[in-house]
Amino acid sequence: MAVETKDKKGSGVRTGSEKVKKALPAMLKGGVIMDVINAEQAKIAEAAGAVAVMALERVPADIRAEGGVSRMSDPELVSKIIESVSIPVMAKARIGHFVEAQILQSLGVDCIDESEVLTPADEEYHIDKSKFDIPFVCGARNLGEALRRIGEGAAMIRTKGEAGTGDVVEAVRHARKILGEIRSLSIMPREELMTYAKQIGAPFELVLKVAEEGKLPVVNFAAGGIATPADAALMMQIGVEGVFVGSGIFKSGNPEKRALAIVKATTFYQDPEVLAEVSRNLGEPMVGRTAASLAATETLATRGW
Amino acid sequence: MASTIGVLSLQGDVAEHCRSIEALGRRAVQIRYARQLDGVDGLIIPGGESTTIAKLTADNPDAIFDRIREFIDAGKPVYGTCMGSIFLAKEIEGSQQGRLAAMDIKVRRNAFGPQRFSFETTLNIPVLGDEPLNAIFIRGPVILSAGEGVDVMARVDANIGRLGKTTGSLPDESTLYDSYIVMARQNNLLVSSFHPELTDDHRVHNYFVQMVECIEPAKVSAGSEKEEGSKTASRLVNSMALASV
Repeated sequence: MAVETKDKKGSGVRTGSEKVKKALPAMLKGGVIMDVINAEQAKIAEAAGAVAVMALERVPADIRAEGGVSRMSDPELVSKIIESVSIPVMAKARIGHFVEAQILQSLGVDCIDESEVLTPADEEYHIDKSKFDIPFVCGARNLGEALRRIGEGAAMIRTKGEAGTGDVVEAVRHARKILGEIRSLSIMPREELMTYAKQIGAPFELVLKVAEEGKLPVVNFAAGGIATPADAALMMQIGVEGVFVGSGIFKSGNPEKRALAIVKATTFYQDPEVLAEVSRNLGEPMVGRTAASLAATETLATRGW
Repeated sequence: MASTIGVLSLQGDVAEHCRSIEALGRRAVQIRYARQLDGVDGLIIPGGESTTIAKLTADNPDAIFDRIREFIDAGKPVYGTCMGSIFLAKEIEGSQQGRLAAMDIKVRRNAFGPQRFSFETTLNIPVLGDEPLNAIFIRGPVILSAGEGVDVMARVDANIGRLGKTTGSLPDESTLYDSYIVMARQNNLLVSSFHPELTDDHRVHNYFVQMVECIEPAKVSAGSEKEEGSKTASRLVNSMALASV
């Protein structure tokens, strides 16, 4: 909730305003946000040039392997990671679990991921993100889902992809879907927009805004299954503004080298020579699992609506 | 002839700066390689993460770090917002991270605390006219001290980001400072801790474009007018004290 105070001389100071919340993700553009499970990994990520880290107890690949209910991380772990780096720290709350989000905000995290990677706490309602002082990032598979989350106050969107697989196919599918729908919207006659908004289940005002501007009103990243520099560059060329890498770095043979390679690939995504150079001798990538081999009960992207 | 302004495009809010420059009728070019600097009259270093930019310039395929230093040494104007001001600074408090070390300022990264203490406020910046400027600070740095040749253009109260908050403790050192410098100029270098590119008020970019096109916007330069410069600075301090204390 935006807080406005008047100082002694009457000059307004606003924290948590929509502008201030949307500005943080704007500063992360062109960058890589890396999943880390302790302070040591956070420092490696920072040294490799990550623009932010995502603090969590288990990376998605381990959540898949170990099963069980997956929740917000221990505040002690989150605080230790915050203390260990100078870059922004994000953390995940379960879908609909606004109390986990309140706790994370009070810990001083810079952005909350309302994430399908954790076990949803509410199958009907997502968090009212407009109530918070810090920005939220939410996953989406299509434009309707992205605009519903933005309508609830999300300040950043990412593809859901299929986390913890090392298979980029779902992130590609979701990015192409979202960007393709934006393109078709931008040439749609105005009289068709209300029906379109109804069809995709999105707030009409946001549909109008996207039709006018030809882009989402918030920053749009890729996430879910990105494991190599080429994967990161592929997502950037498709048209996202930055990438999240979850299990792909610290589940690989040489995390330091791979982390830096993915950072460079995200900046020089249009330069095959640089991509070839940074992709050399990276060691073993994470052991992947094809998204198509997952049973319906194992997919994470279908969590949330 | 209208000038061409480069925006360093390794990471950060590049598109927003390009939009501001284009709104002023000038050409904006995204710069990823050293050779591209030959074609531009001025350079903007955008908001982003300073540790990321340090890595990407030091470890760059064609040594863009050295080329930016040459660009500055040749007297070409450079404007750094937020991360850009850190990257231009001679000294970064408590950090040895890579930097251009071109401007005689000491900066503190992330001076206001985590994102929930990020804020927007209005600043009075005399060289931009009477109308206050809406300034957005995002985990912003501040200038703790500036050398003699640096003109202070704006300050904020040191505790400004926490004025609306009842929780959260201040770092002890902050109490040593009544106010922080948040905008400054040293000859061809301009820095701001805040992000004018996120608003539709393009006066800061216009000031920079005038620096590039050698139209002096106002008498704020140092040199032989040092005395006058410091008077200007103290006047600014006073007006800021009114605006934000």
